[in-house]
Amino acid sequence: MSTATNGHVAEPVVDYAEVLKTYDPVMGLEVHVELNTATKMFCGCATGFGEAPNTQTCPVCLGLPGALPVVNVAAVDSAIRIGLALNCEIASWCRFARKNYFYPDMPKNFQTSQYDEPIAYNGYLDVEMPDGSTYRVEIERAHMEEDTGKSLHIGGATGRIHGADHSLVDYNRAGIPLVEIVTRPLVGAGAHAPEVAKAYVATLRDLLKALRVSDVRMEQGSIRCDVNLSLRARSQDPAAQNDVPLGTRTETKNVNSLRSVERAVRYEMTRHAAVLNGGASILQETRHWHEDTGVTTSGRVKSDADDYRYFPEPDLVPVAPTREHVEELRATMPEPPAERRRRLQGDWGYSDLEMRDVMNAGAVLLIEETVAAGGTPVGARKWWLGEIARRASAQARDLADFGVTAADVAELDGLVTSGRLNDSMARQVLDGVLASEGSPVAVADARGLRLVKDDGALSDAVDAVIAANPAVADKVREGKVAAAGALIGQVMKEMKGQADAARARELILEKLGAA
Amino acid sequence: MSAISRDDVAHLAMLARIDLSDAELDKMSGELAIILESVARVSEVATDDVPPTSHPLPMTNVNRPDVVRPSLTAEAVLAAAPASEQQRFSVPRILDGD
Repeated sequence: MSTATNGHVAEPVVDYAEVLKTYDPVMGLEVHVELNTATKMFCGCATGFGEAPNTQTCPVCLGLPGALPVVNVAAVDSAIRIGLALNCEIASWCRFARKNYFYPDMPKNFQTSQYDEPIAYNGYLDVEMPDGSTYRVEIERAHMEEDTGKSLHIGGATGRIHGADHSLVDYNRAGIPLVEIVTRPLVGAGAHAPEVAKAYVATLRDLLKALRVSDVRMEQGSIRCDVNLSLRARSQDPAAQNDVPLGTRTETKNVNSLRSVERAVRYEMTRHAAVLNGGASILQETRHWHEDTGVTTSGRVKSDADDYRYFPEPDLVPVAPTREHVEELRATMPEPPAERRRRLQGDWGYSDLEMRDVMNAGAVLLIEETVAAGGTPVGARKWWLGEIARRASAQARDLADFGVTAADVAELDGLVTSGRLNDSMARQVLDGVLASEGSPVAVADARGLRLVKDDGALSDAVDAVIAANPAVADKVREGKVAAAGALIGQVMKEMKGQADAARARELILEKLGAA
Repeated sequence: MSAISRDDVAHLAMLARIDLSDAELDKMSGELAIILESVARVSEVATDDVPPTSHPLPMTNVNRPDVVRPSLTAEAVLAAAPASEQQRFSVPRILDGD
């Protein structure tokens, strides 16, 4: 039954539809958001991504003896604004806590976090689903903490732990402010559980972007999702489903794309069901998600919260935002997601169905940025949901991380609407942009792509094609305008694709007296 | 009273990555029990109207503006590392991590 895939052993799974006949899925999602502050949570080190290793560290974030942390006021304000946007209550007084563990990604041997006094708690986020319905995700808490360093495992498979003989650590990321957003158990999603998880993370990402508190670059890890999943017996009476006790959960760590969130939930559902059907129990453990193979593998057995020996951080005094300050921050809230969607749909002139497709593709933000960069709403939707989505899907990538920017799409759209390129040329330009050949204008220039506007050359080509196809030409003369299609195709071939097909059609009909 | 078992001590030692011999485990169980009992006596005087104290000074909201300050150089940072490679701290393989 088991086969080796890429170094790990594939575990048995059951068919997805089979899972739902017997079981009811319950999820819990933990999303870590890296804030886009200029400095770290407790020291003045810069937070740039991709800088040379260990060049953004100091005695505080390295945990050197005697160093004292001081809270970054901008990070606290961002955390409060996230809490408000998630309809949370904001604590009037709360403390940081030490989460003690021995692992070289934190040089202090503890992570400064919050334990039983989060800055924000008891909220919700309404998530619009692909079928147009709304799923309310209840938020348990959003708390402040700091990010850890980055480890590179050397020996064995690079980057993985198994077979590594030593690890190399870069502390540039250690101490960057994080807000961890924890949901209450998500129940009642049934077969839609994977879609709910994806839609929640997409909605959260767009909200965080609108708040301007994070870069929201999932591929760079500025949003990271941990997926808790358990199955319980499906109740014959749907109304009594929530009386059925929860099953044992697993926590799949670091699921870092929208697509993977959906896949990881789906995979764990099919794996749990196979274990339970076989009469065995689910082990409460962390699981590692493997993007390439789409499976999870066993991590460590989850330690109890007690083992972290949380206690109040003595080096940081409590955070006590005044009610006036919270109200000032509330005044900076962006419009709620549902209102924003309605406004954008109106601005863009999309039908309900078109808007839903855009939302399901996770492309609202991309289209908003494309239009802001000068693209047309129609062109933006056509490119993102058409050619780009098709190419991204073929490579199993998220649209937002695919290597085409909103500015590229706006420029590409401009090249088409201005009449310089036709769609087939624009597709070639898109390929060039994806191959890192430069901006759309640069690619079009380098590849010599430009519609021939000169009627002389086009007119000669039309004459030649009519002469070579007398039978088809006669049909068009007799009024069978549809037959002109075959001639247009040959004219375009004659012109090596560099002609305006609409103009070619006009010329053909004109010359054959069918216009 | 808050007795601490030998198993509790062994578990804490594991969490703290301290390798204790059997004799040390026996000794520490006894000594830690005395410490815990002593600390527990505080709760005898701390009645309901005395809130738990984590910070002795009544201060809140000690903040810093979000302004970048110079970091240390990688050379200075790594000078304190027992071993380094590729401008990173080199540490032993982690056996039970994730």
